[in-house]
Amino acid sequence: MSSIVSYGSYIPRFRIRTEDIAKEWGENPENIKSGLFIHSKSVPGPDEDVLTISAEAAKNALRRTDLDKSKIGAIYVGSESHPYAVKPTSSILVEALGLSYDIHSADYEFACKAGTAAMQNVMAMVDSGQIENGMAIGADTSQGAPGDALEYSASAGGTAILIGKNGFADFNATLSFTTDTPDFWRREGEKYPSHGGRFTGEPAYFKHVLTGAKKMMERMGTKPEDYDYAIFHQPNGKFPTRAAKMLGFKDEQVKDGLLTPYIGNTYSSSMIIGLSAVLDKAESGDRILGVAFGSGAGSDVFDMTVNDRVKSLKRERAKGVMEQVNNPIWIDYATYVKYRGKIIMRGA
Amino acid sequence: MSEVPRFWRESRHRYRLVGTRCTNCDTLYFPPRVICPTCRRESVGKMKEEEMSGAGEIYSFTVVHDGLEQFKMQIPYVMALVKMKDGPFVTAQIVDCSPEEVKIGTKVTATLRKVRSEGKEGIIQYGYKFTICP
Repeated sequence: MSSIVSYGSYIPRFRIRTEDIAKEWGENPENIKSGLFIHSKSVPGPDEDVLTISAEAAKNALRRTDLDKSKIGAIYVGSESHPYAVKPTSSILVEALGLSYDIHSADYEFACKAGTAAMQNVMAMVDSGQIENGMAIGADTSQGAPGDALEYSASAGGTAILIGKNGFADFNATLSFTTDTPDFWRREGEKYPSHGGRFTGEPAYFKHVLTGAKKMMERMGTKPEDYDYAIFHQPNGKFPTRAAKMLGFKDEQVKDGLLTPYIGNTYSSSMIIGLSAVLDKAESGDRILGVAFGSGAGSDVFDMTVNDRVKSLKRERAKGVMEQVNNPIWIDYATYVKYRGKIIMRGA
Repeated sequence: MSEVPRFWRESRHRYRLVGTRCTNCDTLYFPPRVICPTCRRESVGKMKEEEMSGAGEIYSFTVVHDGLEQFKMQIPYVMALVKMKDGPFVTAQIVDCSPEEVKIGTKVTATLRKVRSEGKEGIIQYGYKFTICP
């Protein structure tokens, strides 16, 4: 059975408050905060992208384990903001992390669930005996068009999950649910994504998240109260809170994995950065349900149980998620548009 | 595109601070050297690649107010001489901080960042920069 051997996240330090975005567009920030339940979001520095964020997340994962790096047989990076259209992020990471050149590597794309798609492939390779360990990364520097609702949520961050045998959190099962649903997309060559407004709710997010979670609980014969933690894809703070309530989960099962109110939607890292925050505190015997959603649309669901090996996990060797969340550098809207390339600069 | 081969040859050194150690006199060099300037012919065949830990402290620094075009977005920014825990001195940018936070002796740690890119069509050059340790 495959399991989580180590994990690590990285959140850029720059943050912008909802108030600072709202005032530029004549919106009432209180309406945005109560409507989307987002108070601030992370912003990548001008020298950060999916490669640098993935590298820092992966380095945090490697710091927490004494695993010989040469025993990592695959590295996959899921993102919708890879630095190159053609030239894999994952191959640069092989060199940046000092991994063996005898390694499977690829970049994945499935909106916000590309990172969990990568996890499932690594799990399959470990379970089949093709590799001993593999790393799956979900990272993004997501874009929202100026003035669009997405500008309040589209943020940056990354999480790396190192999967192998004899880890500290066992995967009891995983499943996916996929349909052709055009709720959110970005055409080739376009800078900003488009979305279907309210269509992103019921037929997209809720249908796939609720169906995936229900199918998993049906397969495993579990109920919401059997889980100590539940993490849902979090495009804003409102959707996952409502989905949890509709499924019968209580606030205390969900709160530790809900980060969007503070750092925004990290897209391909969205659910797994919540998982990373939960793994920062989970104890032996804790059962975790993780439901990722990707527009287009599909959900990836994971049922996990933390085992006794968590006691020897070297968590303190890397910064935890909340430690990073609570270490912001606040910027204003002018700095934000400069850093995100929303103003045209000569030679930049 | 002329810089592609040169950048590619140096990428592992820039990504992971890989230097070379002279196993004759046990000195670590960064950037890597083919032979040891002290041991000279005695070091031939005895230079071994070694990755530094990334930990260091500010030895000296300057604040750049009139920088290169590609760094205009980051002005004012700090360029520092970092004394690495492993021995060598490294010149690098200090990021994610204001110049007021940087002092001689400040502990720093290496981070991988974009350094420059060859326009919108060329390759992106990644390399080491440093952030202040909390």
